[in-house]
Amino acid sequence: MMKIGKYVLSDILRNNFILGYTFFLFLVSFAILNLEGETTKALLSMLNIVLLIIPLTSLVFATIHFYNSYEFIELMVSQPIKRSWILVSEYTGLAISLTVALLIGMGVPVFIYGQSAIAGHLLIGGTALTFVFTALAILCAVVSKDKAKGIGLSLLIWFFCTVIYGGLMLIILFSFSDYPVEKYMLIFTSLNPVDLVRVSILMQMDSAALMGYTGAIFKQFFNETTGMVFGLAVLSLWTILPLLLSIRIFNRKDL
Amino acid sequence: MITVNDIHKKYGSQPVLKGINLTLNEGQTVALMGPNGSGKTTFIKCILGMVKADKGHILFKDHKIEGDWEYRKDIGYMPQSAKFPERLKVRDVFSMLKDIRKDFNGTYDEDLIREFELESIFNKTVGTLSGGTRQKVSAAIAFLFNPSMLILDEPTTGLDPVSSEILKNKIIREHKKNKLIFITSHIISDIEEVSSHVMYLFDGQLQFLKDISTLKSETGEANLNKAIIHVMVDHQRKEKAL
Repeated sequence: MMKIGKYVLSDILRNNFILGYTFFLFLVSFAILNLEGETTKALLSMLNIVLLIIPLTSLVFATIHFYNSYEFIELMVSQPIKRSWILVSEYTGLAISLTVALLIGMGVPVFIYGQSAIAGHLLIGGTALTFVFTALAILCAVVSKDKAKGIGLSLLIWFFCTVIYGGLMLIILFSFSDYPVEKYMLIFTSLNPVDLVRVSILMQMDSAALMGYTGAIFKQFFNETTGMVFGLAVLSLWTILPLLLSIRIFNRKDL
Repeated sequence: MITVNDIHKKYGSQPVLKGINLTLNEGQTVALMGPNGSGKTTFIKCILGMVKADKGHILFKDHKIEGDWEYRKDIGYMPQSAKFPERLKVRDVFSMLKDIRKDFNGTYDEDLIREFELESIFNKTVGTLSGGTRQKVSAAIAFLFNPSMLILDEPTTGLDPVSSEILKNKIIREHKKNKLIFITSHIISDIEEVSSHVMYLFDGQLQFLKDISTLKSETGEANLNKAIIHVMVDHQRKEKAL
């Protein structure tokens, strides 16, 4: 099934963008770990990079790459190979190469300076976000034939997940502050992959103790096995559903 | 070998193919002609399953092609402009296509690889190739698996005269092996050299499908160029009369 996957992967791994991305992550992580004396603080700064930069690069790079390989995809469709395999190969090639960049760029400095459970969580969270947002990028690229529209759509998703969603949550929290909404907040937070990763990593840190009652509920939830399983399940759904939907659309698409 | 039954295709509200019926057999080299926008490329893409027809169906060797992909094992396709992943080596492109058809157990047809001397560029990355060289790679791929049907979309545009001659000779050799070859081209002299039939699409409809000698005798013109212009002018006159 992965007949063309390995060729797509070896092509993308040699892409200058992936090399630049690796170098950028390496430089930033290295600098943060060097400047911050305390490893936990440094990891907190790195968390923000993971939550903002990784979704953005995954979305934009995957969308652009998909449009740029349109003629190649066209040629593959004319070969005796199922369309869904072509799409899955493109996806795995993109997701794996972005993950490799992350694990080298961020993993190596972390391994040298601050090995800890939280650092491990950070890398796992980053990998999960890469998989989720690459899947969403493929969906954007498949939905629209127009390159500008597709990239616009993927930027909108990034904006929604990182900025708008959090704002909406705050509005809800303030409007219903008289009611015990903690549990519902927990559910709503978990529905957004970016927030889910943020909360699940924050709750591993000591700072969770400063967050009062809500923090206590969150901390309890995310430190239990059920919380971990739940988090991973939500993230896999965020990967699998967009991917299935894109396969469905791609199978019926005129090229 | 291939039967097309009442194929309709619209892009949005714009009809591109308006009911095409035809049957093509082994041993024919059919030149698909027609003005720009007459639906040539869409028709080819329908046969390859790249575009899904709204209505009608296509039979390849008596099997419907809808929802099938294995029938493409027996079709070699050379697109108008082919692009491969830029950072792959030419060698990798060939091995990738061989990987796709792992169950292929015939002998590879490497005539064009030899004649175009592609071995010498096997270690170059695809991104560094010129347009014409990419065309050569793409042509070599179309013939590689010895398919019984070949679809060549403007094969000689972008090739230098020597390469163009090599490709035309190859097409003629394959024609003699009783294959079905389907060519689109605007270069009538090329068509006259290699093809046995002419198929003319106009405005999404099949105007005629005739072998070249019949076409010449019907129009009373000795050369194909004039014969086709004769038909086209006739056609425009009829349109105006309506």
